[in-house]
Amino acid sequence: MANAKEVRLYGMTRSGYCLMVHHALRLKGVPYDYVEEDLKNKSQELLRLNPVHKKVPVLVVDGRPVAESLVILQYIDELWGSLAPRLLPEDPHRRAKVRFWADFVYQKVVPLTYVIPKAEGDSKAAAVAEFRAQLVVMEGGVREELWVDGAGPFINGDAPGLLDLLAGSCHTGIKFLEGVAGVQLLDKEETPLLCSVMEALLQLDVVKETTDFLQQHVHNDR
Amino acid sequence: MADVKLIGSALSPYVLRAMIALSLKKLEYELMQEKFGEKSELLLKSNPIYKKIPVLIHHDRPICESAVIVEYIDEVWPKSGWGAILPADAYHRSLHRFWTFYIDDKWFPSLVALGKAETEEAKAEAVERVRAGLLLLDEAFVKLSEGKAFFGGDRVAYLDVMFGCFANWIKAAEMLVSVELLDEATMPALHGWAVRFREHEAVKEVMPDSGKVLEFFKILQAKWKKDAADAKN
Repeated sequence: MANAKEVRLYGMTRSGYCLMVHHALRLKGVPYDYVEEDLKNKSQELLRLNPVHKKVPVLVVDGRPVAESLVILQYIDELWGSLAPRLLPEDPHRRAKVRFWADFVYQKVVPLTYVIPKAEGDSKAAAVAEFRAQLVVMEGGVREELWVDGAGPFINGDAPGLLDLLAGSCHTGIKFLEGVAGVQLLDKEETPLLCSVMEALLQLDVVKETTDFLQQHVHNDR
Repeated sequence: MADVKLIGSALSPYVLRAMIALSLKKLEYELMQEKFGEKSELLLKSNPIYKKIPVLIHHDRPICESAVIVEYIDEVWPKSGWGAILPADAYHRSLHRFWTFYIDDKWFPSLVALGKAETEEAKAEAVERVRAGLLLLDEAFVKLSEGKAFFGGDRVAYLDVMFGCFANWIKAAEMLVSVELLDEATMPALHGWAVRFREHEAVKEVMPDSGKVLEFFKILQAKWKKDAADAKN
């Protein structure tokens, strides 16, 4: 068992990318410090730790920074591999499918979250339709390639894994976007599996703890 | 082993990543050559979501996306050929993955932008962006190599493969715009690495020479120009 490490997460309360990292660390029971960044006034530390992108999340373990949310999640899973749950499956083929669908979210779903709030009229409707269509594609793909009936409630099994955490962050982001843009993006009838995974995640103690923890850091400015 | 098939063409740097990985592992496979401009039935069936190469087919099951493919190859055949591709240490693995994201998200698009630039001004701007990225990668190389030959130290590792696939694309781009991009004077470490990488036994076997890449780059340029013109009409 590795010696206790010094772990610090630089993040922002409203960032879905950061939320996944909180969840991963808490699921594994890894204690960590948190630094809330004001993205309009980034700290010297953040700029030093992530000079290439100057973005959150950045996870610093024993003084060594790691950036990019998917890279961070895999790093957490590898550093604390002996702590359940394993975020990625053992089987290489399943691992490849998890990585593929995680990448799909970033390639096909996330970009639309930038388009939708700025779009109007017909182009907004088109972007919303496209977003929902991509979720349906993901629903089908996950169901076919990863889901095992009866092995749920998570894609990963009885405990959440990388894709489940990603789905959870998507849920937070989607709900926020629905409010801001006045649109419906999630539909239980279109994507029942993804919705049930998101619901199961929201029930977890670590998720509720994280929400409470982040309340203290919420900025009042928009 | 017809057990392993790769759909693609070595002219695609993303396919080349998979080919270099398979070559490092000394694995036999069937290359299902795709023709530029056409998508085979097999490709459309194996990658319905992106309809892109590379696709690795193992035991009749397709794996898509170059990064996913290379990690899969490393995990299924950990000790074959030249051995492990992902570094042994978790922190180094995360750095190799981080820089791969950077290359795919920022750097290669800047090289494509150079190919698409139509005015001298646009070209000059694009050259600066490509070089700025290479300088960052040069710095990363110095840190990761710790004075040794490759990003993986003594051995070719993940980032060597994921970035090295562009080694002759850089040369082709240099010929295309008659400007040095990866120059020895300002980026000696990375320049040296590129020379060594191209010469590596596993890479030499599969990497198309810069002349062929340049030919292909020009075909792509023509296609981009046509697409841009069509979009205006």
